[in-house]
Amino acid sequence: MKKLFAVLMAAVMLMSCTAVLAEGEAVTLKIAHIGPTTGAAALYGLATLHGAEVAVEEVNAAGGKYKIELINEDDEHNVEKVINAYNAALDAGAQMILGTTTSKPCEAAGAQGYVDRVFFLTPSASSTAVTEDKDNVYQICFSDPNQGAASAQYIAEHKLGTKIAVIYNNADVYSTGIRDTFVEKGKELGLEIVSETTFTDETTDFTVQVADAQNKGAEIVFLPMYYTPASMILQTAAAKEYKPIFFGVDGMDGILSVEGFDTSLAEGVMLLTPFVATSADEKVANFVSKYKAAYNEVPIQFAADAYDGIYILVEAAEKAGITAEMEAEEVCDLMIAAMQEITVDGITGSMTWDATGAVTKTPMAATIVNGEYVFE
Amino acid sequence: MIFLDNLINGLSLGSIYAIIALGYTMVYGIAKMLNFAHGDVIMVGAYIAFCGLQYWGLPPVMAILVAMAVCTVLGVTIEGLAYRPLRQAASLAVLITAIGMSYLLQNLALMIWGANPKSFPRTFINSSILRVGELSISSATIITILANIVIMVALTLFTSKTKMGKAMRCVSEDRGAAELMGINVNRTISLTFAIGSALAAIAGVLLCSSYPILQPTTGSMPGIKAFTAAVFGGIGSIPGAMLGGVLLGVIEIFGKAYISTELGDAIVFAVLIVVLLVKPAGLLGKPVREKV
Repeated sequence: MKKLFAVLMAAVMLMSCTAVLAEGEAVTLKIAHIGPTTGAAALYGLATLHGAEVAVEEVNAAGGKYKIELINEDDEHNVEKVINAYNAALDAGAQMILGTTTSKPCEAAGAQGYVDRVFFLTPSASSTAVTEDKDNVYQICFSDPNQGAASAQYIAEHKLGTKIAVIYNNADVYSTGIRDTFVEKGKELGLEIVSETTFTDETTDFTVQVADAQNKGAEIVFLPMYYTPASMILQTAAAKEYKPIFFGVDGMDGILSVEGFDTSLAEGVMLLTPFVATSADEKVANFVSKYKAAYNEVPIQFAADAYDGIYILVEAAEKAGITAEMEAEEVCDLMIAAMQEITVDGITGSMTWDATGAVTKTPMAATIVNGEYVFE
Repeated sequence: MIFLDNLINGLSLGSIYAIIALGYTMVYGIAKMLNFAHGDVIMVGAYIAFCGLQYWGLPPVMAILVAMAVCTVLGVTIEGLAYRPLRQAASLAVLITAIGMSYLLQNLALMIWGANPKSFPRTFINSSILRVGELSISSATIITILANIVIMVALTLFTSKTKMGKAMRCVSEDRGAAELMGINVNRTISLTFAIGSALAAIAGVLLCSSYPILQPTTGSMPGIKAFTAAVFGGIGSIPGAMLGGVLLGVIEIFGKAYISTELGDAIVFAVLIVVLLVKPAGLLGKPVREKV
């Protein structure tokens, strides 16, 4: 009896000991997600929030060094409200920020964070102004212009063709920015640009641009633009029986959902995108199924970026040795240093960062097959 | 070969401008006003045809007829509600009203159909391709050019042979005298709007068959270009609108193809300025002398 009691006591002590140990090790990390969870851009803000929530649940369940407390603040995709959201997040004790979701608010909040020394990791704000002149903001997605260089790299690496036509909107910074880095990187990689034509926001007639590409024998037509003009270019090319590989960037995403659009025209179109929900990749499939179970919808790229964001923050925090007691100000410089050292294998690719805050990752491109995005 | 290809593209684009320009020129010739809402009536026509094809499952010809009917009613309503009360007002007031009407139509379309662009469905108009030697010509191009010719011949016959057409020309020449001769001026102007708007519906369908993106601002740029074409050819003249439209389309495409894609529009408007400097009344316009 005594013996049994002793064993029991020992067991209890051991258990309480491990409990104390575990409690002592799990550091609570307070991360604030800021994004438009209401309003016109709510689609994107909810996607990043939900993506982050899936990752937080996984991290907390895995019982690693960190436990995450996720704070959510709504910026309504508004450059004034985002400052309120940012202040509210800091008042709630946030040590770092996952956000903001959209570019314009991110520029504003990031600049404020630069002054206050608060670390930002944005899943999806892609304009260059988001990271420009600020050392505290890091991106998970490619910046807009870098998509051009990434596209050239993809085309060269996968040997899709060497004769390339570029059609771009010269009245739009998004389009011209991507075109510039594409042409620069393309030259470096030995891609020959045989035709380069432009259009503006009012252009509806693309016959000249398409005919120029066709007559100069372009095998690939690079389309750094949104899907609306792209859909007209596809139709014009179909009428001319011109069938090159059309290669787009993230602005092309959405072409399949244009009402009335004949999706057979988009068959074989390729676009640079880090995430496709139908991918067979194990990590992606795991994320998609958890996301679907929790929110009853298929995650978009924004959700995948934010999911990776949580893992990136945890990895960087571990590298930097962030503790629960540290204030945001102290965390900021440690995180900045750590971000430049880590490599994260996420569902949107393997990522590293330099001091500018821009991400470097292997470009991936999806092809439209039977009206769906598919990775090769 | 490239030259021919560009020429055909230019004729096709020009034919669309020409059909739209007819609406401007007829209304100007008869009511002496610039109906800037005309481009937006085109947009409404295209949306109605889109709904017919996409939502109501109508055959293409029915969808076009419904669009024509709706646009006719719309055109006559706009004229009756917005322009008729201003018949005696200064021309500037009418012009501002027309611009206001244009914004009203665009914003109503935004409310009804939303800002997301829609893609105009493929119909018999643009579903096949004709091969001539190395050239591939879309059926939309051929149908547009043919429709243009048919409409011009029909309108010329209508204005020269029928009673209503003659009434139109009378009102155009001298509204006061026509009224004294027993011509119902208001009815004649309404009829002009009805014809112009029905043509706008056809233009809308043809425009969106060649350039399939449909959004609330779809009609505005082609509207401005067609207005330019009407002035180019001599505003008020039916053959002038035709000639102006076709020339404008060809110049635009050639300018883009052989000079610069960036300067396409600039070239079009530069040509307009030169023509107006040399022939202020436009290519086929009759110079009108003001008698004092």
